Amino acid sequence: MPIDLSAKYLGLKLKSPIVPAACPLGADLDALKKMEEAGAGAVVLPSLFEEQMLSEEQTLVHYLTHSKEQTSEALSYLPEPDEFHIGAPDYADHVRKAKKALSVPVIASLNAATPGGWVRYAREIEQAGADALELNLYHLVSDPTVPGSQVEASDIRIVREACARVKIPVAVKVSPFYSAIANVAAQFVEAGARGLVLFNRFHQPDINLDKIEARPAVNLSTSADLSLPLRWTAILHGRVKASLAVSSGVHTHEDALKAVLVGADAVCVCSELLTSGIGAVSRILKGMRSWMERNEYSSIEQMKGSLSHRNCPDPEAFERAHYVKALSGYHLPAKAR
Amino acid sequence: MADKEPIDGNEAVARSAYALSEVAAIYPITPASNMGEWFDDWASKGHKNIWGTVPIVSELQSEAGAAGAAHGAVSVGALGATFTASQGLLLKVPVMYKVAGELTPMVLHVAARSVATHALSIFGDHSDVMCTRGTGFALLSSGSVQEAHDLAAIAHLATFETRIPFLHFFDGFRTSHEVHKIELLSQDDFKALVDDEAIRQHRARGLNPEHPTLKGSAQNPDVFFQAREACNPWYDACAAKTQAVMDKFAKRVGRAYHLFDYYGHKDADRVVILMGSGIGAVEEAVDALNAKGEKVGVLKVRLYRPFDARAFLKALPVSAKNIAVLDRCKEPGANSEPLFSDVATVLQEAFSSGELKAMPRLLCGRYGLSSKEFAPSMAAAVFAELQKPEPKTRFTIGINDDVTKLSLSYDPAFSTEDAKTTRAVFFGLGADGTVGANKNSIKIIADETDMHAQGYFVYDSKKSGSMTISHLRFGSKPIRSTYLVREAQFVACHSEPLMSRVDVLGLAAPGATFLLNTTTPDKAFDSLPLEAQQAILSKKLKFYAIDAYSVAKDAGLGPRINTVMQVCFFEITKLLPGYMDLIKKTIQKTYGSKSQEIVSKNFKAVENTLKNLREVKVPAKPTATRTRVVELPKEAPEFIHKVTKAIMIGRGDDLPVSSMPADGAFPTATTQWEKRAIALDVPAWDSSTCIQCAKCSFVCPHASIRPKAYPADALKSAPTTFKSVDYRAKDFGPNTKFTIQVAAEDCTGCGLCVEACPAKNKQDAKRKAINMTPFTGELQAAEKENFAFFMSLPEADRTKFDPFTVKGSQLCRPLFEFSGACGGCGETPYIKLATQLFGERMIVANATGCSSIYGGNLPTTPYSQNKDGRGPAWSNSLFEDNAEFGLGFRLALDAQRARALELLRKMKGALGSLADDLANADQKDDAGILAQRRRVDELKKKLAPASDADSKNLLSLADSLLRKSVWIIGGDGWAYDIGYGGLDHVVRSGMNVKLLVLDTEVYSNTGGQQSKATPRGAVARFAAAGKRLPRKDFAMLAASYGNVYVARVAFGSSDAQTVKAFKEAEAYEGPALIIAYSHCIAHGINLSKGLEQQKLAVESGYWPLFRYNPSRIAEGKNPMELDSKAPKIPLQDYIYRETRYRMLTASKPEVAKQLLAEAQKEVEEKWRLLEHLSKLDYSSAKPQTPAEPPQTATAA
Repeated sequence: MPIDLSAKYLGLKLKSPIVPAACPLGADLDALKKMEEAGAGAVVLPSLFEEQMLSEEQTLVHYLTHSKEQTSEALSYLPEPDEFHIGAPDYADHVRKAKKALSVPVIASLNAATPGGWVRYAREIEQAGADALELNLYHLVSDPTVPGSQVEASDIRIVREACARVKIPVAVKVSPFYSAIANVAAQFVEAGARGLVLFNRFHQPDINLDKIEARPAVNLSTSADLSLPLRWTAILHGRVKASLAVSSGVHTHEDALKAVLVGADAVCVCSELLTSGIGAVSRILKGMRSWMERNEYSSIEQMKGSLSHRNCPDPEAFERAHYVKALSGYHLPAKAR
Repeated sequence: MADKEPIDGNEAVARSAYALSEVAAIYPITPASNMGEWFDDWASKGHKNIWGTVPIVSELQSEAGAAGAAHGAVSVGALGATFTASQGLLLKVPVMYKVAGELTPMVLHVAARSVATHALSIFGDHSDVMCTRGTGFALLSSGSVQEAHDLAAIAHLATFETRIPFLHFFDGFRTSHEVHKIELLSQDDFKALVDDEAIRQHRARGLNPEHPTLKGSAQNPDVFFQAREACNPWYDACAAKTQAVMDKFAKRVGRAYHLFDYYGHKDADRVVILMGSGIGAVEEAVDALNAKGEKVGVLKVRLYRPFDARAFLKALPVSAKNIAVLDRCKEPGANSEPLFSDVATVLQEAFSSGELKAMPRLLCGRYGLSSKEFAPSMAAAVFAELQKPEPKTRFTIGINDDVTKLSLSYDPAFSTEDAKTTRAVFFGLGADGTVGANKNSIKIIADETDMHAQGYFVYDSKKSGSMTISHLRFGSKPIRSTYLVREAQFVACHSEPLMSRVDVLGLAAPGATFLLNTTTPDKAFDSLPLEAQQAILSKKLKFYAIDAYSVAKDAGLGPRINTVMQVCFFEITKLLPGYMDLIKKTIQKTYGSKSQEIVSKNFKAVENTLKNLREVKVPAKPTATRTRVVELPKEAPEFIHKVTKAIMIGRGDDLPVSSMPADGAFPTATTQWEKRAIALDVPAWDSSTCIQCAKCSFVCPHASIRPKAYPADALKSAPTTFKSVDYRAKDFGPNTKFTIQVAAEDCTGCGLCVEACPAKNKQDAKRKAINMTPFTGELQAAEKENFAFFMSLPEADRTKFDPFTVKGSQLCRPLFEFSGACGGCGETPYIKLATQLFGERMIVANATGCSSIYGGNLPTTPYSQNKDGRGPAWSNSLFEDNAEFGLGFRLALDAQRARALELLRKMKGALGSLADDLANADQKDDAGILAQRRRVDELKKKLAPASDADSKNLLSLADSLLRKSVWIIGGDGWAYDIGYGGLDHVVRSGMNVKLLVLDTEVYSNTGGQQSKATPRGAVARFAAAGKRLPRKDFAMLAASYGNVYVARVAFGSSDAQTVKAFKEAEAYEGPALIIAYSHCIAHGINLSKGLEQQKLAVESGYWPLFRYNPSRIAEGKNPMELDSKAPKIPLQDYIYRETRYRMLTASKPEVAKQLLAEAQKEVEEKWRLLEHLSKLDYSSAKPQTPAEPPQTATAA
């Protein structure tokens, strides 16, 4: 029986649901080509960070001006170019090259923290030929006076501004830390998002005991991290008019299958590619195909969402019941007792 | 209609020169550097000259090199230009004789500047230009920005017509840096004026193997003289041809110039003759005096050489019976100054021939040396002198000469300011944006109105906490006022602390408006010192206040208040309706192509300003309890009270000639009396966290944080807030206490000490043993007392600890303190370290550059003295001769020692064993030096009463028996470029001198121009498109000589290696070279992160640390010791933290990428070489002495 692995995501036709997520690998054109050869349905390019753009611009302007007119001998220290080519032009160039080299859709990624002038970069990315834009929202609100509602309003504004700037579909990579994810997700869709990526994975700092200082650390996911996106994909499937992609914790074909079963239109892979290489894409697809054959599924579309909570009238109650059930069924390992 | 733009004199000249040049050879020197910078900038952006090509711009290793390259270019028929000033011009003089002798067209633009004599000065006069009178160059003078633009073009046009090379000059700073709205010449103007046939002829005369000629022959007595006279026809024709060019120019653009232009009463009985920017002030005086019924005039000299007597006589009114010739230079010993001599000769000849019916009475005056203010009041005094029956025939004006009584007195109240012209003065801090905002305001007014506009900006000489004063004029009448504003209708102070330092309101006219930026606008009046309050009341000033810092901060602009203060200026003065939109338009134009975010933030600042601007209600009486008076401690030397203080408070102009050291020798240790208190935050010592490593002190650029270990009983009279803990080490025995003390009033708040501190607070890891804390008035008072007490504590006994460790070095008193260097400077810690280790016996030759400015710029100088009055003796000769200058020190010391040894030998009978002990003393360590010092003291005691010649001579030479340490210090511009020839010679001489290269990889002092130390991939002035070649590896070049001790150090990476290198260098009995990585503001970094940058430079392998000690070879050891590890981070992790590199990624990303790849490869290759060299086995090599051992015996 022929297995149809094709999928639809953000209105794009994908030859498979597996999509390498935004990661450093995507900066290399050869790596992107290998992803396509391995069967990726689309590729997400590495994120262009808001800080990267704004901070670079502002830093350069700052250091061009910070020592100006200080002494009579040195009115300034550096020649001033007429204009800066920061971030977006390089990034747009990469988008153009990726589009030229690949036949699968190319999804650009913007990582944003605040509403601002940076959204013009979304337009530059579109003009470079990106098929879609993934908007990666990231906050670390440490100010105790800032309420969650303010954070949500800001995020929704970012989504609205970005969606207003471009005609290509925009997917929002969502944080798992909103207090009412379903509501926020709905508002993102209302603001123009055509897709939701569940979830954004935040890198947490570590402590260097030698230097007694905090340092940034990259925490790669494991399959154990899949549960959260699975749950929320299951909940949101059919409840929001947007494509859904599972991200965080997809390492095996089993993980990918679970994602599709709960309703994912696309399955994003990142940590697995970073640890075991781009070949993971074909391995996952091979595993998916074989499982589908064994279980007599003919297509991704057929099985997509078959285990979602679409028909559940009260998912919250359902989930709490599950929570109770899970805890009551848990037995402490012998060592812990 | 011609375009009008407000630009400064340097840009005005560069625009004309660029349009009319094919080749420019450049080299930085203040105040001419900007002309070369414009050329480089425009060329890097592909701007074209009138023939459609981009001029080729080449930076040379010195002005002499630039002259040589320009000579070469014009010899082959190119259209060549070069730019310079002062010493730079002097370096070009030999080439100028050649260029002119060969009748080769060329133009040299000079921002005229004082030649260094008793002191260096960057400011303007004609002493440099006058040194070129004999070269054969035509000398053409401009007196204003417009003239500089026009006459620059005329010089380029005339040189082809006449075949005489032209030196076009204009006054340094007064014209080169004055911003003035001028009419610009268009490309069409240039094209219409240029004579292509003359250029073709020049090209045809160029060296060409297709039709070869030979130039530069050597001639003998038989023909040289005749050949020298052969050029006469060209010189005879030059003036007329130049006038013809001027006439053609006038016909095309409408501005008429003549070889000599007269202005004033047609029947003037008194005439002043001068050239340069002083003309504007004299013209105003002429108008004012003639309006009162007097008959005076001014004769303006444009073409000074060739001096056209006919044109001169034609221009001079026959009615002129009394003439004063004003020269802006001084030729000591001459009968008269140069312009006077020319005028006198012409008049005498005309009188002798009968052409002139009566010989006028002539006075010779000197004015305006080193940009000394020259105002209409002074010109009026000269006219008054001309009226006296017995005037001073030789005089000076503008100073008080109480020694030779040459100066004329003048009435400062004499004013010619136009009542309808708006005059505004702004006091700001260096780099706070004030000057930039004012230039911007001039541009807005110039662009949007028909008003004339002028701006002149005065900076003080400090590189940290400096003050700027902007003098602006706007009006419907043309502005000729080439002098500072003395009475302004608008005065703004952009930094409130300045109100306590200087007499800001002294420049306010009665009824003027005063705007103050203050953090407490509600208490704006009360917070002022008494003098300011009295000025507001007596002059009936309108007073506005704003907290611009808050507005800027809220808008996200940090401390940059320029936009906020600009809005206030336009709002209050009502100079320009609709100014808000115009300011926004300018902001968009300035930042739009770089960062919309910056645009938005500035817009926000513009919008929020008016809400925060308020008029201050002025009470009827003063409320202040404090005054502005600067009190100096009584114990300060008399010279400080009488002279230095006046300079410190901005009254240096009032000092008479008698107060000045005639030979330029000033006392050292004077920065201690100038308490600037400029820091916003200062370090505070957490004694419980401190591990007593003294790294904070090691890195402090200003010696304003210091450790001391001292006996516990010395604490008896300690102030209550003085901190002290038990000393951890055992060097000084029990009951020893330790303190880290901050000289808070001398600190710049750079924070390097905090960065260097390795100790972390156990409860709060963010806190260290040194933490920055706000510098409040209370803290200032307490720390003042604490620092004074700290200084009174005994210094640690150097014989009881090892000074050659990081901590030990810091227990030695720094004899370089509180300099005016940038906060966070990367150079000064090295100098300070040298003075801590060797300062008491150090003699320093300092190349011109940053280190000579923060090292020797008045009012106060940082080289200091220990409690016995010993300390570094310091001198600066030139930029180019520093190594040789220092070598001369060594030669003298060795010669004096040799003479002393001979006298000791001769007087052995009388002196006994002391003579042998003195001659054979071991002075290798501190104990040995101390013992010798005691012997020398004993010798002096013995010799003092004697009257015989030998005793007297030995007494005068006794100090030479003490080991001296000769240090030759300078930056990379000196070491790698202009001084390289001499430096190379000196390190090869084998003589015992120590060379410290403070390597910032650019000419920092003149504004960051590239040197041969500038690395590949960095953007710098003169390398706007990015440096394509790697930096010169001077360290390895010197090491290759085999007899030179060489160390490459970076104290931020390894302070211990730095100390070791200084120790070994000094101990080495021969030349020692230390190349010291010096982070710098020109790198575009936050200087408080300088140490981190040094670490990264080393970790990336860009700056490997090593010591090459030839004396190890004799021990069978490898002389090369590699002190850093193999590269462990990619180069980009180091370089892309600096704007100088990142700028290229923003302007030319592809080029940046390529250069990064090349630079990375180079780092790896260089590392492999060093590693290889460090692993060579010398154990079996025959022990050898240095290739060329020291030629002269040096102190033991």
